[in-house]
This record gives sequence, structure tokens and C-alpha cells, in this order.
Amino acid sequence: MLAQLLQYLFSGLTIGATYALAALGFTIIYNASGVINFAQGEFIMLGGMLAVYFTDAGLPMAVALPLAVLIPSLAGLLMARLTIEPIKGAETITLIIVTIGVSLVIRGAIQVWLGKGSHGLPAFSGDIPIRILGATLMPQSLWVLGVSALLVLGLWYFFNRTLSGKAMLATSFNRGAAELVGINTGRVLFISFAMSAGIGALGGILVTPITLTSFDAGVMFGLKGFVGAVVGGLGSGLGAVVGGLLVGVIEAFGAGFLSSSYKDAIPFILILFILFFMPRGLFGVKVTDRV
Amino acid sequence: MTIGGIALAIGVMSSAIAADPIKVGSVLSVTGPAAFLGDPELKTLQMYVDDLNNQGGLLGRPLQLVHYDDGSDANKANAFAKRLIEDDKVDFIVGGTTTGSTMSMVPLIEKAGVPFMSLAGAVVVVEPVKKWVFKASTTDRIAAERVLTDMKKHGITKIALLSDTAGFGQSGKAQTELVVAKYGITLVANETYGPKDTDASPQLTKIRNTPGVEAIFVFGFGQGPAIVTKNIKQLGITLPVYHAHGVGSEEFIKLAGPAAEGVRALAPALMIADKLPNSDPQKPVVSAYVKAFEGRWKEHVSMFGGQAHDNFFIVVDAVKRAGTVDKEKVRDQIEATKKYIGTGGEVNMTAADHMGLDMWSLRMLEVKNGAWVEAQ
Repeated sequence: MLAQLLQYLFSGLTIGATYALAALGFTIIYNASGVINFAQGEFIMLGGMLAVYFTDAGLPMAVALPLAVLIPSLAGLLMARLTIEPIKGAETITLIIVTIGVSLVIRGAIQVWLGKGSHGLPAFSGDIPIRILGATLMPQSLWVLGVSALLVLGLWYFFNRTLSGKAMLATSFNRGAAELVGINTGRVLFISFAMSAGIGALGGILVTPITLTSFDAGVMFGLKGFVGAVVGGLGSGLGAVVGGLLVGVIEAFGAGFLSSSYKDAIPFILILFILFFMPRGLFGVKVTDRV
Repeated sequence: MTIGGIALAIGVMSSAIAADPIKVGSVLSVTGPAAFLGDPELKTLQMYVDDLNNQGGLLGRPLQLVHYDDGSDANKANAFAKRLIEDDKVDFIVGGTTTGSTMSMVPLIEKAGVPFMSLAGAVVVVEPVKKWVFKASTTDRIAAERVLTDMKKHGITKIALLSDTAGFGQSGKAQTELVVAKYGITLVANETYGPKDTDASPQLTKIRNTPGVEAIFVFGFGQGPAIVTKNIKQLGITLPVYHAHGVGSEEFIKLAGPAAEGVRALAPALMIADKLPNSDPQKPVVSAYVKAFEGRWKEHVSMFGGQAHDNFFIVVDAVKRAGTVDKEKVRDQIEATKKYIGTGGEVNMTAADHMGLDMWSLRMLEVKNGAWVEAQ
């Protein structure tokens, strides 16, 4: 029984870590612009697909992987510059629809360019499972969890200890006031998109050896990441991480104990409950609106 | 002048009659979720229609392919079938990529009386027998029976079934549940996974903890079975693993990596074309198809394109034997197809069997040293 529980936990945490990275991507952009970027999943897919493309082209991992993070970051930057900034004054719902459009364009372009097939990457440090108390853990899972943890720490440092990070936080609290004290909120928008895309892409690369990737792999990652972000409380970094992990773990336990048929439904049922009982999510900031 | 005009008109008419094409109707899912099935099917049809035309056509008449893409939507397939029958007045129809599309076309076709070769997978297409509907391609029931036969031979009596939640896996699951008892085998675990799932280890952990499981039967296609295969190895499960007829490709081995070693899967002879012995009756047709398809389209063959080949040539042969495109006569000749060797096996149609394939048409393959070989 313990082995079984542990197995579900490992499986859930690994997948949950990618949801957490996707949720962080949602959070960063939401804070900087109030937009929910539904193209976030596509950046995860881009990272995985480009890593496969570059390694297949014969580039060594040390070159291929940074390129596969860099290019999606540029794509994120371009997206902000070409589609979000020109209509900055528009209603949030319009901006959200624009991001859905962008996600369709990215997905379609990759489908035409790299085809409809599935692709994998070799695991970074071998395929020999580590046995812990009767359960097995793949070395690649440690990579996913470890890098995700480092990223979260890095982001915490960035937002709390650096000027640019603080400027982004300030923008998220009050854009007008931030502009008044001289923060370039336009630049904050670009940085947020580039960062989210880069984080997503990195997550996408890390899980590809475990989950495989294809042009449409981003859809589910995006949706589950979004659920993670909402469960944790939109706008909260800690919430995004906890929410993402929670979605992954609950999903794994649901598949193990209930039925695998309901696996994908579980996160969406979860979101309903959370929104019903805790409309601001687990770690959401309390806001009082004056009328 | 009038006489000249009449003569000219007659000349035009007679040449029009001589060149009047035989119309091949087709509704395929070239885009949408089933695109990986419909795309090679269309390419195969286009290729052979061109080929036949270059060789002088059929019965001295050119062939014209009238094709519509249903976008993997069964409702659209129904509308297109109507258009093929009423507006285009096609002589016969090849296609209906998915079972859904095919079944939505069947009522119209039965009413109008047009010979119809379906490319779909499920057994409902030809069971019960419908007068105008044929399908010389493998069904899930054949696949299930073929796998269970092999398990029985190896003395396996308790198995775990893991099927995908899409149409292919669900239909396969239903057929497997229907026939297991016949082989003295019991399903001690019955799990599913989503076709786009990225991890099936919770389901497999459950299977691992079910006492008595002697083999795992995976029913699905695409990337799912590759992930399942990887998960099985990761969890340290050493039971024999069987796949249905959706994974017998090089891509599967590439995706599953070393975990694919020793895995068994069903596939038509087409998927091991280069490894077939020269004595194999399917060798000539399979090699010719691979050469033609890969030469023209610069991509690997799939069993689905092969099915389009078989169904197309069964009806072409029937037209040749009938010597006419009279629908009733062509239909009778399709039903009289005997010993047609295609990429998917030997086809013997009868009035009671509009599929004509038996379970031995699927070969049991095994991954050895990173390549598919026929299992002994």
C-alpha cells in the first residue's frame, strides 16, 4: 500500500512540476498585464519540439537546449510586441481572445513545419529507475523537480531582491502609480512575456523524455497549468507552484484510486470546488473593491 | 453547313463518350484528429488513379477522383456522401476514413445503391452485412482474437487490459471483453488512458498490484502505447506486453526507445515489407506499394494507406471482371472477390462476409534488437 501511494505521489509530483511551471507563466503575465495568456501551453510545446528538432539536426545538447529556451522567449516577446501592446487599452476579455488566437497560430505553424507525429528526447541521465520503498522514480523526474525548484527560487530572488523584479511587482499592484514613479510598464510587459515563455519552454524540454511531445501537446499543459494557477490563487507565485503540484498529485491519485477514465476531469472538478468555497484560490490576495 | 455542324456535333459527342470518365467518389478525413489516417489514404488513391490513367484507364475510360475532406466530422461525411451520389453521380465510393464517417454515409449509400468500400476499423461496418457496403480492412475483433490466440498458445489465462478512451481503444475494449471467454482468458484488470495522456503509471501501478496478472494487453494507437510501454519498464514490470494493430511502425520503437524491446504487436505484412521472405505470397504487392508510395510522396507507408490500396484495387478488379460500371454488376463482382492478395492479407468475400479477412491476416511482430521481426 505504501509503495502504491508513493508511486502515485512520484508520478503526480513530476507531472505537477510542469503544471506548476505553466501556472507560474500564467501568474507572471497576469501580474504584469492582467491578461490570462492561453498561449502559455504552446510555449511548453515549443520548448519540447524545438529541443527535438535541434538535437535531431545534430546539435549537441549543450547548444540545442539553450536554443530551445531562447527561441520561445523571443516568440513570447514578439507576441507581446505584435499582438498585446498595440491593443493595450482593450478590455481584458479581448486580450484573452487574442492569446487564444496566437496559440492557434503557433500550434498550426508547428504542425505544418514539424509535422503531426510524436517525438521524444533521450533522458538526461539514463533510464534506470531508482527504487525507493518499493516504488520507482525515474532520474528524469529528479531533473524536472530539481530544475523547477531552482527556477522557483530564482524567481523569488528576482521579484524580491532585484530592481527589475520589484518594478514588475510594483506594476502588478498599481500600474498608474508605477508609471508615476518612473517605471517603464511597457518594458515590464515584454519582460513578463519573454520570461513566461522561457520558463514554459524549459519545462517542456524537461518533461519531453517522460511524456513525449507533439504539436498539440501544449493544450492540456496549458489548461492544467491554468487550473493550477487558479487553484493557487491567480497572481500568487507560491500559489501557482502549490496549485500546479496539487493538480498533478490529485490527478495521479484519482487515476489510481478512482478510475483512469475520470483522470482529466478531476482537475476541472477541483477548480469548481475551489472557486465555490475559496473564490480567490488557496493563496489569493484579499481585495476589497469599493463601490 | 448544317450537315457540317451536325457532323461536328456528332464528332464532339462521340469523343465525349469515349472520354467520359469513370468517377471514383471518396470522402476521407484528410484534416482533423483522424488526419494521420486520411492523409495517406488520399495520397494512395491519387497515386493509383494517376497510375491507371497513365496506363490507359479502366475499361478504356479515364478515371476521375472526386474527393471531399470531411475534417474528421461524421456529419460532414453524410452531406458529402449525398453530394457524391446526387450531384457527382459517382460510379463507386472508396472511403469513409473513420467508423463514424462510414456509418453516417451508409444509409444514403444503401438507399441509392452505390458500391462502397469503407476504410474504417470497427466491425459494425460489415456486421450485420449490408448489401452495398464492403470493407477489406482489419477490424478490432480480428485483432483481439489474434492476440488472445497467441496468449492462449503461451498458456496465459489472466490478463490486464489497458485501452485508450478514444473510439479505437473503446471499440477494441468492447470486442476484447466480448471474446476473452472464448479463449479461456479472464480480464483481472481493465484500465483506460486518454489518447493524449502523458503518464499512465498510476493505472499500471494498479495493474502491478493486481494479483495474478500474467500479461498486459494494450489497445490504442499513436503516442499513448509508446508512453505506456515506457511506463511499464519504468515501474519494473516484467510481464509480457501485447499491443493491438495500431503501433507496428518504426515511430513506435523510436518513441518507446529501449523499453520497446520484447514487446509484441500486430501489424499487416506491409509494416515488415523489407523483412518478408521472397516466398511470402504478399511480398510482391507489398514491395510494389512501398516502392510506389515512398517514391511518389517521400514519406513512410502506413497500414492505412495500404488499406486504401487494397480496397481501391478490389473494386477496380471487380469493374474489370464485370466489364461495365453497372452498379449492381460491380457489387456482385466485389462480393465474388476470391484470393485477392493485398497489403493487409488475403481477401475472400462471400455473401455473408463483406470483409473477407481472417485473423491470420495480421502478423504477430516482436521487437528484437530495436527492430520489428515476425514473432515465432
